[in-house]
Amino acid sequence: MGKADISLRIFFTGVGGQGTLLATRLVGEAALEENIPVLMSEIHGMAQRGGVVESSVVLGEASSPTISDGEANIVIAFEPVEAARALPKCNPKTILITGTTPVLPFTVTTGQATYPAPGALYETIALHVARLIRVDADALAAEANAKRSANVVMIGVLAGTGLLPVSQESWKGALARILPSKLVEANLRAFDAGYRFGLQSKGKPLH
Amino acid sequence: MHELLMEPGGKPHFLLGNEAIVRGALEAGVRFVAAYPGTPSSEIIERFTQLAPEAGIYTEYSVNEKVSVEVSCAAAISGVRSLCAMKHVGLNVAADAFMTLAYVGVKAGMVIVVADDPFLHSSQNEQDTRYYAKLAGVPMLEPATPEEAYRMVIEAFEISEKFKTPCLLRTTTRVNHCRGPVSIGSIPARQGFAGSFAKDPFNLVVIPAVGRKLRLTQLERLKALRAESNGSPLNFSTGRGELGIITSGVSYLHVRDAVRSMGLEDRVRILKLGFSYPQPQALIGEFLRSVKKALVVEEIEPFVEEGARLTAQTMGISTLIAGKGEGLVPREFELDPVKVKRAISTFFEIPFQEPAVTAAPQLPQRPPNLCPGCPHRATYYSVKQVFGEEAIYPTDIGCYTLGILPPLKAADFLICMGSGVSTAGGFSTVLDSPVVAFIGDSTFFHAGITGLINAVANNHRFLLVILDNGTTAMTGHQPHPGVELTPQGRIEPKVSIEKLVRGCGVNVVETVNPLQVKKTQKVLQELKANMGKTGVSVLISKSPCPLFENRILKKTKKIVFQSDGSCDDTCGKCMKELGCPAFAVDTSGEKRAVRIDENLCIGCSVCSQICDAIKPKRIS
Ligand code: SF4
Ligand code: SF4
Repeated sequence: MGKADISLRIFFTGVGGQGTLLATRLVGEAALEENIPVLMSEIHGMAQRGGVVESSVVLGEASSPTISDGEANIVIAFEPVEAARALPKCNPKTILITGTTPVLPFTVTTGQATYPAPGALYETIALHVARLIRVDADALAAEANAKRSANVVMIGVLAGTGLLPVSQESWKGALARILPSKLVEANLRAFDAGYRFGLQSKGKPLH
Repeated sequence: MHELLMEPGGKPHFLLGNEAIVRGALEAGVRFVAAYPGTPSSEIIERFTQLAPEAGIYTEYSVNEKVSVEVSCAAAISGVRSLCAMKHVGLNVAADAFMTLAYVGVKAGMVIVVADDPFLHSSQNEQDTRYYAKLAGVPMLEPATPEEAYRMVIEAFEISEKFKTPCLLRTTTRVNHCRGPVSIGSIPARQGFAGSFAKDPFNLVVIPAVGRKLRLTQLERLKALRAESNGSPLNFSTGRGELGIITSGVSYLHVRDAVRSMGLEDRVRILKLGFSYPQPQALIGEFLRSVKKALVVEEIEPFVEEGARLTAQTMGISTLIAGKGEGLVPREFELDPVKVKRAISTFFEIPFQEPAVTAAPQLPQRPPNLCPGCPHRATYYSVKQVFGEEAIYPTDIGCYTLGILPPLKAADFLICMGSGVSTAGGFSTVLDSPVVAFIGDSTFFHAGITGLINAVANNHRFLLVILDNGTTAMTGHQPHPGVELTPQGRIEPKVSIEKLVRGCGVNVVETVNPLQVKKTQKVLQELKANMGKTGVSVLISKSPCPLFENRILKKTKKIVFQSDGSCDDTCGKCMKELGCPAFAVDTSGEKRAVRIDENLCIGCSVCSQICDAIKPKRIS
C-alpha cells in the first residue's frame, strides 16, 4: 500500500498552555516530510484562558479535517480527563495515548465538581478502545532535562509506537524545522525519551 | 526575513489557511491591508502587520470593520490593490460601506475576506455571509483548504480588477484555522503603496442620479460575472454516476470522505462550487440534467440549494433536489463526514453503518475563565460589592464577557459589539433598577462611542464602566487607538479614552486602578450616590492585561500570595465573591481551607485586600 493510500484520523485534545497545537503541527509537518497528503485543524476558542483545545490531523485519503464521532484512529490526549472527554471520537479499534498528569479545572479546585479517580477513569477508557497507552510525559520530560517539552514527549511516544509511516529522520527534521534553534536540542531529547517509551508499546502499524 | 516572504520553490509549506491568504495576496501584489481583528480571521492582519515593513506594504489595525472597508476602498479606487479581513459579524458593521461600494466599484483589485464561524466556536451567531454576496451583488469565492484559499485570493484579485468590483473571499473556521501544504509562487518586486486618483464625481459620488446610473451598471456587471462563474475552473465536477452531490467550501472535503468510505466513487458525481456567487446556473443545470437525484451539501443556510432549485425551475429540469429543505443536511452547526453519510444514505437509499459512539462519562467541566490576576475580575468584584444583584449589567464583547460566570455573574445582556452602552440607555429608561454597563477599551473605540454620545444627548441614566486593559486581549492582544504599551516601548496614547469620554459630553468621569480595591469601591460608592442626578457617568477602570504586559515587558513575577493558615474556609469570601482560578479548596487537613496555587498566582494582590489571612510571599 502506498503512503498516499493510507487513511488516518488523529484527534488531539488538551488544555490551553499544554502546547498541544505545536505537537499537532509537528505530526502534520512530519507527514509532509514524507509526502503524505495531510490537513490539520485547530479549534482554540478561548484557549489561553484555561479551556479545552482540540485539534486534528488527517492523513492520506482522509480529506475532511473534522473528525466525526467514532472515527478517530488515534487519540492523543495531554490530560486524563480530556482523554475521557474524547471517548465519543473513539471506536473499538482506536488507540488512545494519554498523558497522566491531571490539570485541575477551576470547577474542581473551587469545589463545584470533583476530579475522577484516575484508576477508574483509565478503566472506563480502556473498555472502549483497542489500546490505552498511559504516558507520564512530565516525568519523562524531566528525566530528559526538557521539563517544558512534555508535549513533544507525547509525539515521541506516537512515533515510537510505529503507528504512522513516518521515519525518525522525518520526525526530527520536522522538529528542527518548526522550533526556534535554541529549543531544538532539548526537544530532541524529549522526543527521544518519548520514542523509547513508545517502542515498548510498539504495535502493528495502522498503515 | 518573515516566513511568509520566503522564496518560491522547494517543498510545499505547511500553512494555516489565514497564512495562505496572506501569501496569496502578497503574490497578487496587494499593497494596502486594513482590518479589525476577529476570530477566526485575526491572523491575517497579524501576519501582514509583522511583514509590512519588509514587504513595503501599508497595513493598519482599523478601529472597526466599516472603517477598514472604507480606507481600503479609497486605496483600491486610487489604483492600489487592497484587502480587508474580518469575521462574519464584522461585515454587519461594514455593511453600509460594502453595499454601496458594490455600486461604485473599484479600479485596482479589492478583496474582502469574511470568515464565518459555523458552530459558533468563538462568535455570537452563525450567520451565513454568502447572502451578503447576493444582497450586494458582488462576486464570491469559497475555498475548502489552505491551498485553495491561497489560489483563490489570487483569483479574487483578478476577478475584482477585471470586473471593477470588490470580491468576497468567504471562509469558515475550518479553512482559516486549518493547516495544509501550499505550493507557493513568487512575490512581485516592491512597489510601495502610492496611488493616483482621477477625479470623476459623477461616477464616484453617489447622489441619487449617480446611484441610479451605477445600479444599471451593477446589474450589467452581474450578468458578465455569471458568465464568468459558469466558465470558471473553480467550479468543477469529479467522479461519475447517476447520483449527484453539489457542494461548496469545506463541505466538499466531508463529501469526498463520505463518498469514498461508502465506496460510492462509481455512483456519485460531485459538483464543487468555488466561484459560488453569482451562481453558475448553466453549469448547475447541466449537472442536474446529468444525474437522477441531487443532494446539496453545505454548511449553515441552504444558499446553494436555493440556487439549484431556482435553476431547475428556470430551466425546466425535474431532477429531485434535496438538502436542508428535507432536513437531511443539518442547518445548525458544522457538518462532518458522518453527517454527510447519513444524508447520502437516506436520500440515495444506500445502507450505511452508523459508527458506534461511546458517550463520555460524567466529567468535570472545563470552561474558559478570566486568567488569574485579570484586572477585569477585580473590577467586577468591586462593582458587585457596591451595586449588588439588583443592578442590571449590560455587557459587551471581549475577555470580560467571561464575567458571566459565577461567582462574578456580572453580565445580563449582550448582542453585539457596542451594545453594552446603547442598551444601557434603553434599560435605564424603562427600568427602576440602577444600570451599570461594561465595555472594553478596544470595543469602546470600535462601537461604543456613538452609544455614549446618544446616552448623553438623551439624558440616559447609567454608569458606564470602561474596562481599559490597554489591548485587544481576546483576539490575541492587538493594538487599538488608546494603547500605551507597544512592542517598541511605552508611548503616549494617540487617543486618550478619558479625553474622548469628556469630549462626548460626559461630565462625571473617574479613573481607577481596579487592583486598588478600597479606592475603587470608594469611587464606585460616590458614583452610585450621584447616579440619580448626573445622567451618564463613566468609570475608567484601568490596569493592563497582565498576560500582555508580561510578554511585552518580559516581567518575571517576584511576589505571590499565600494563605497564612488562619483561613478555615468558613467564610469562603474569596471563593464565593472573587473566584480567582489560583484558589483551591484544600480538604486534606482537618478543616477545609483555601490555598493558593503558587504557580497560577501572578501576585495581583487583590485577594489579600479582601482577606487578612492572605499574605505576600517573595519568590526567588
Ligand atoms: S488575556 Fe488578559 S484580559 Fe483576557 S482574561 Fe486573561 S488577563 Fe484578562
Ligand atoms: S494575588 Fe490573589 S487574586 Fe491575584 S492572582 Fe494571586 S491568588 Fe489570584
